[in-house]
Amino acid sequence: MNTIETVENNGRPLARNAGAAVSDARAPSRAASRAAADGARATRGARLRALAGTVARRAIVPLALLALWQLAAALDLVNTTLVPPPSEVASAFWELLTSGRLTEALGISLTRIAIGLVIGIPIGLALGIAAGLFKLGEELIDATMQALRTVPFVALIPLFILWLGIGDVSKVALIAFGVTFPVYMNTFAGIRGVDAKLIEAAEVFGLNRRQLVRQVVVPGALPSILVGLRYALGLSVIALVVSETVNANSGIGALVSDARQFLQTDVVLVGIVVYSVLGLVGDGLVRILERRLLSWRGSFRGA
Amino acid sequence: MSATVAAPPAVRAAGVVKRFGAREVLRGLDFEIGPSEFVALLGPSGCGKTTLLRLLAGIEQAQAGTVEVPESHSVVFQEPRLLPWQKVWKNVLLGLPGADRATAERALREVGLANHADAWPVTLSGGEAQRTALARALVREPQLLLLDEPFAALDALTRIRMHALVRALWEAHRPAVLIVTHDVDEALALADRVTVMRDGVIQLDEPVPAAARTRGSAGFEALRRRLLDQLGVAAPTTPDAEERHQ
Repeated sequence: MNTIETVENNGRPLARNAGAAVSDARAPSRAASRAAADGARATRGARLRALAGTVARRAIVPLALLALWQLAAALDLVNTTLVPPPSEVASAFWELLTSGRLTEALGISLTRIAIGLVIGIPIGLALGIAAGLFKLGEELIDATMQALRTVPFVALIPLFILWLGIGDVSKVALIAFGVTFPVYMNTFAGIRGVDAKLIEAAEVFGLNRRQLVRQVVVPGALPSILVGLRYALGLSVIALVVSETVNANSGIGALVSDARQFLQTDVVLVGIVVYSVLGLVGDGLVRILERRLLSWRGSFRGA
Repeated sequence: MSATVAAPPAVRAAGVVKRFGAREVLRGLDFEIGPSEFVALLGPSGCGKTTLLRLLAGIEQAQAGTVEVPESHSVVFQEPRLLPWQKVWKNVLLGLPGADRATAERALREVGLANHADAWPVTLSGGEAQRTALARALVREPQLLLLDEPFAALDALTRIRMHALVRALWEAHRPAVLIVTHDVDEALALADRVTVMRDGVIQLDEPVPAAARTRGSAGFEALRRRLLDQLGVAAPTTPDAEERHQ
């Protein structure tokens, strides 16, 4: 192939000239690359400062609320047995942590969530892929899944206890059941939502069905699948809390219900905080996954 | 066309019928493109010109008639249709699993995008994305290149640059080219032969003499007016033609 230099870059026809090299980090000259490195360091510093700023601004409201709460307790405006101040909750947290009770309970609860997710997510994914890729799969699976989806999964607790006992199995089953549907729904919708024009183009360029699924359908459905994953992690915590609250023999739920019986409101609050941190961590994990897998999306991040 | 006499045509469509439900879009259409010939297909919107291109691309199937196209053909669509999750150079190699990065870079250099191999498609301008689509179409050295209103969504200046680029690429690679467009001036700027589709058949089929390619020349104006007449538009004369008449 011979080179034809007919068209310059749109809107910046001189981008390859030396004068513009500072703005172009890929320019080969050494001066330009040094300038680019300086620029990168400067922007990294600026980015860190901006990050610190946004973190500080986000922290203002929650810190103010905590301060108010502490103040209300100190001024005896609230019954501290029922509403212990943040300082007491913190010391209860420290005590639970150092005694090893929290770690043990957390380990048990996390294991339940993990097993529930390991069962539920692949089932939801597999069913969603089967229904999304194949007409027959949709006909066989979708109506049933849509019907089951409308069952509030929490309502299944008595049934699961009857079938599976009050131990870990019924809790794990509830988590797995609850997690399956958001993964299924978003996988199915994601696959069906892949741009038909891209599929057509890929077929014109000779991709066979397997290549089409791997290179076009799966990456196209991925944003939606990750949304499903995020819902799933959130729901898994809810399923855990509900099942541990209804009958708790071990785990965070047991910690909380024991504390309730002895009116240890501070420990109850610790349990609630731990549950919400679980939800936050799950969300954060999927966000990291999204940033890594969906780096091709130049998305609007707010002005 | 002397070329079509010497060698078998690159594209041969005979008696092609295409219906969508009760609507008959192509009614026994005959159409040929010689090897390395650059043909424009004009027509009012909805006349079925894109349908013909999609038949040639193998996206649609005809209900009757025969369609013969070379094994190696590729398409540039009206939208770039790049995979947003693959870097530009990977997009160029779509459907070529054996090809290496150097091949993609060569093709990108030809369309003036050597610096953009590692860019994500979402960061490209409309013209850059469409040039990537051109690189993707040409990197497989097709015998037939199908262009489906590829510049309709671009601004006027970018479109003029793209015309020059397409013409240069065609001269370098010599595929047979069919460009579907509703823009008479675009057809005259690019093609060696201009055809007009109406009522499901080819109504007009005329070579563009080299002398008529220049805007403002007498041949250009006459052919332009004939084409606009065929398309059902009362042809206004271009400003520079008017100047000459005065």
